[in-house]
Amino acid sequence: MYAYDEIDRTLVNERVAEFRDQVRRRLSGELTEDEFKMLRLQNGVYLQLHAYMFRVAIPYGTLSSKQLRRLAHVARRYDRGYGHFTTRQNIQFNWIKLAELPDALADLAEVGIHSMQTSGNNTRNVTSDQWAGVAPGEVEDPRIWSEILRQYTTLHPEFSFLPRKFKFAITASAHDRAAIKIHDIGLRLHKNDQGETGFEVQVGGGLGRTPFIGKTIKPFVHGRDLLSYVEAIMRVYNQYGRRDNIYKARIKILVHELGVEKFAQEVEEEWQQTRDGALKLDEEVVEDIRSRFFYPAYEKLPHMPDELRKAAQDPKFEAWRTNSVFPHKAQGYAIVTVSLKPVGGPPGDATADQMDALADLADRYSFGEIRVGHEQNLALPHVARRDLPELWKALDKLGLATPNVNLISDIIACPGLDYCSLANARSIPIAQELTRRFANHETANLIGRLHINISGCINACGHHHVGHIGILGVEKNGEEVYQITIGGRADEQAELGTLIGPAVKFDEVADVIEDVVEAYLALRSRPDELFVDTVKRLGVEPFRERVYATR
Amino acid sequence: MTSPLEQKKIRIVGPSVVTANRTWDGAVIYRTAGQDWSADLADAAIVRTNDDARALLAESAADDLGAVGAYIAPVEITDGGKIEPGNLREQIRRSGVTIGLPVQV
Amino acid sequence: MPLVKGRKITDDLYPHVADGAELPAEGNVLVSAAHFLENPEALFARQGKVGVIWPNNRDVDDLVPYLERLAVVALVFPTFRDGRAYSQARLLRERYLYRGELRATGQVLRDQFVFMLRAGFDAFEVTKESDAEAFAQTVQRYSVFYQPTGDGRITALHRRMQLRHSESAGL
Repeated sequence: MYAYDEIDRTLVNERVAEFRDQVRRRLSGELTEDEFKMLRLQNGVYLQLHAYMFRVAIPYGTLSSKQLRRLAHVARRYDRGYGHFTTRQNIQFNWIKLAELPDALADLAEVGIHSMQTSGNNTRNVTSDQWAGVAPGEVEDPRIWSEILRQYTTLHPEFSFLPRKFKFAITASAHDRAAIKIHDIGLRLHKNDQGETGFEVQVGGGLGRTPFIGKTIKPFVHGRDLLSYVEAIMRVYNQYGRRDNIYKARIKILVHELGVEKFAQEVEEEWQQTRDGALKLDEEVVEDIRSRFFYPAYEKLPHMPDELRKAAQDPKFEAWRTNSVFPHKAQGYAIVTVSLKPVGGPPGDATADQMDALADLADRYSFGEIRVGHEQNLALPHVARRDLPELWKALDKLGLATPNVNLISDIIACPGLDYCSLANARSIPIAQELTRRFANHETANLIGRLHINISGCINACGHHHVGHIGILGVEKNGEEVYQITIGGRADEQAELGTLIGPAVKFDEVADVIEDVVEAYLALRSRPDELFVDTVKRLGVEPFRERVYATR
Repeated sequence: MTSPLEQKKIRIVGPSVVTANRTWDGAVIYRTAGQDWSADLADAAIVRTNDDARALLAESAADDLGAVGAYIAPVEITDGGKIEPGNLREQIRRSGVTIGLPVQV
Repeated sequence: MPLVKGRKITDDLYPHVADGAELPAEGNVLVSAAHFLENPEALFARQGKVGVIWPNNRDVDDLVPYLERLAVVALVFPTFRDGRAYSQARLLRERYLYRGELRATGQVLRDQFVFMLRAGFDAFEVTKESDAEAFAQTVQRYSVFYQPTGDGRITALHRRMQLRHSESAGL
């Protein structure tokens, strides 16, 4: 991970001191809530149903074991013993007290963790591929550039009061695990014909009330021009983004209203003025950032060590290995996804005890590093294959080895009405029931890769628009009802799902999903045709017929 | 449970209270008849007309120091005169999440 | 509303003349953009310096021809959450090399002082007396800055380069 130096630490500490002063002035009455609200949001502090919620940044989803332990400490000391990992690679604590927040922030600052700009109308966590730096076939580590962007966007004096929130994501692999197409700026790192690093720049992706897939405005921006080009985009947005209506204030609306050609042109004109200025990145500066990233000294290890060969006799281990273990760029190593989706559990939650134990396992088996994915699972990015059996035993004891990664019970869900003051309906109980219905691993494997996304309101924090199956909770006459969509995707072939029929009641959702799955199993052309491909091939009509025939 | 943050006009449909979150710790509180806040719904002042609701909300919102995000919420009065939350959202606010917490406290 | 300049509360030398009101015979004036653009030459011809209040929803391009002769450009934060004036300020200072007084008006609060200074403002119509008094102390909150602006401060990226070079030079 990136090693903070004295300079980075100083900034975080200065921020903590500033927020401590702001909280003091709020609690003394010197600041009104109207004056304070945006300040607390810019430090990740929301007001929710029961309490404040505190969103802590995990830049591009990379954590050290020391940092994970400190998150566990915050959960215990200031909260109710657990945290929730989000669809933007952050962590949320749900019961935090405003008066104690400065102390929690100070505790986090000691290990280089902060909550700057995790909310508010500014630039948010720059997210990336949770397999960055270890995925086979990756062009280069996108986190270098995520960190460059993070620093550039942190406390930017010009862009701290944008029309609305602003989200970046970066991918450097053919398969996009960072969902760049649903971000305000999505960056696809690749090399040009001269072998130079650059980015395809997509703008205006986003979900919510008016979902859009991002549009390419420039196929290749050289690495050295990344910041000046981004500044041009942000300046155009800051000046011309709508400020009259919060539902029309995202950059996706500006791109849509101007048209992508006109928008690209505005950016280009602005960029011509900035491209040769102080934001041009020297190779030296990029190398300095790169040098601060830790890469393990991998040993030369066999692909099939004895420990693994022996453990293959155990069907439970094999079920987990074939599901949760992924190829690594270094021979003899593996990427292990740690499922936070136990049967009957709230998706994406981890207790403080689990976090501490996982930190120990990371020290032992993953060079002290953990990753957070936007699908609300964790990952251990550098596990030697010979250690897989021992690691599995330990994870299994902790309840972190449910072999359901990428399967139907690996559900992405927002907190919903159980926690969130914006919600119209609950999402977690729907997820829990679905994991119970599809708890059988043989069944889940028979169904194959299937992403269910659940949102408790139109703000779409569960990314339901791009779920293979999307579930959106709405309210009708005081009752929770749910709209079901199918055929969405969040990856490089990103697409919005299509509604299959009228909304269904809370108690019926799991039955409907079972019917959708049954329809898929009957309709698929081969066992290995994925659900989402069957929907693409046949459209929603056959599903609609079967599901609503008896309703 | 359409988020009351989207309330524009005050139009109550039955007995209602004013509720908010306590500034220093975020706890759920209810406006009392004595121009104060209580964490107990039983202490809440009940309003039954739009005008009374508006007045109570205005009076509550003036306490910017003690409370955050005040709004009007429906309640039900049982035959025994007990005040109960009037919708799922308010039930959740009073009783907590409807799911088991990962850690028993 | 106290005016802060040079990090302390100071007298405002530019009385604001409302649209339609009569201009004083002589002396400095601060007028709206609409008023200014009606007849800029007439204003410059007066005895006394000229300042303009430029709205935040209008490009500064139209002001550029006059920048060298203006003593004050006042930009507007209708609420502190509306950040358009930050872009306007940077463009005026860094692209158009405006050297006169650049004043922040509207809802100008303590917690934005650092951002405003970095964007190029050097005068502040501060909303609250207590914030004006705390100005000098507030702007010392931060010593590390990640991005370059026209304020000339070295960025973290470049400070690291400096440290690296001085290390290797054995200093």
